[in-house]
Amino acid sequence: MTGFDWGVIVRALPFLWDGMKVSLMLTGAGVLGGVLLGTVLAIMRLSPYRALSVAAAAYVTTFRSLPLILILFWFYFLVPLALGRPVGAFASAVIAFILFEAAYFGEIIRAGISSVRRGQLLAAKASGMTHLQALRLVVLPQAFRAMTPVMLTQSIVMFQDTSLVYVITLRDFMTVASIVAGRDGRVVELYTFAAVVYFVICFSASLAVRSLCRPAIA
Amino acid sequence: MQYNWNWGVLFQEPYYGWLLSGLRWTVLVTLGAWTIALMLGTAVGIARTWPNRAVRTLGAAYVEIFRNVPVLLQLFLWFYVLPELVPDGLGRWLKRDLPLPEFWTAVLCLGFYAASRVAEQVRSGIEALSRGQLQAALASGLTLPQAYRLVLLPIGFRLIVPPLTSEFLSIVRTSSVALTIGLLELTAQSRQIENYTFQGFESFAAATALYFGIALAATLLMHLIERRTAIAGMVGKGSLGGV
Repeated sequence: MTGFDWGVIVRALPFLWDGMKVSLMLTGAGVLGGVLLGTVLAIMRLSPYRALSVAAAAYVTTFRSLPLILILFWFYFLVPLALGRPVGAFASAVIAFILFEAAYFGEIIRAGISSVRRGQLLAAKASGMTHLQALRLVVLPQAFRAMTPVMLTQSIVMFQDTSLVYVITLRDFMTVASIVAGRDGRVVELYTFAAVVYFVICFSASLAVRSLCRPAIA
Repeated sequence: MQYNWNWGVLFQEPYYGWLLSGLRWTVLVTLGAWTIALMLGTAVGIARTWPNRAVRTLGAAYVEIFRNVPVLLQLFLWFYVLPELVPDGLGRWLKRDLPLPEFWTAVLCLGFYAASRVAEQVRSGIEALSRGQLQAALASGLTLPQAYRLVLLPIGFRLIVPPLTSEFLSIVRTSSVALTIGLLELTAQSRQIENYTFQGFESFAAATALYFGIALAATLLMHLIERRTAIAGMVGKGSLGGV
């Protein structure tokens, strides 16, 4: 093996940064959409109406039993078919991530809501709030506080999962690193560099989550 | 929306055979990786609870490294980078003479990755036991390794059967990354059928159904194991499992 060539990474930095922006955008969209849809799913699962809770449970179980790659393939194939026109890899990846993450966030949020004491809901209703008002103003704010650490950890997992868009050749950080690695024949440099970047981001983020959430746990 | 349904395609050769072969590779990779993950994960999990601080730090480092790099990238490191970094002879063997390179690389990579997750479960199982268990074991004359082997692990493992089931199913799902290095497992085969026949619905639905089937079979098996290994009077089924 010839020496480690740092130059190739330096030259590829702008291209890699473009990829990182795609990874971050996917993560952001997935977290935002996933939390919103996940909240709806969690409320449905805890609803007294059986049809709603069964439908939400089926949704969550389905998405959690399938590989993310298969789901990316599903939507890469389905979204253009449903819309009747090609939409590109990014749009179908965003939709796939939101729907997939919603299943995971939904379970986290459900656990968070379940951790709020039942008396809170009853007291809110007794004071004249409707069911939805009681959820929105009393239960959910407490639930979100309790589950912030788990949700942040799930977001870190999701950031790593965005690398899987490689399979639909969307140019995220991982895919760009592999393109440069192939083009310049610098596999060792590029993949090592990518691994260090992912590690530094995810490890420092999880340290931050831990220190941020320690007072809340203690 | 225009689409020509043709479910029959799933039962035609060669597509039928492709699906079965894909299912077989998914199962084989999962079982291979699970074997490594259980053994290595138990060792790392023990390390994380060991009284010696240096050993605990090593265990924690293992978990952090494997948990904070995307598994797809880990797979590429094993497959493309490792053969370049090891001594020449070994590197040449890895690149040229290793039989079924995609399969064994996937097994190793997923095994080491899943070990970091199994380790966390083993640790939580051991930590769930009261400290009195360890102290009583040591006071009754057992050495530390004996205390782990005869007291902490047998009880701890029973507590973590449900989360270990989730970890097993997580390997089933994660094994689909092996398609990126050319292993034609279930997801890859369903994609290939789509490419050949344009019957995306049918092929992806078949893969979906087969993944459900694996999950169902594994869950039933683990319930059986849980019931067979339960200790009378101990916290029973479901008391620690899942959310």
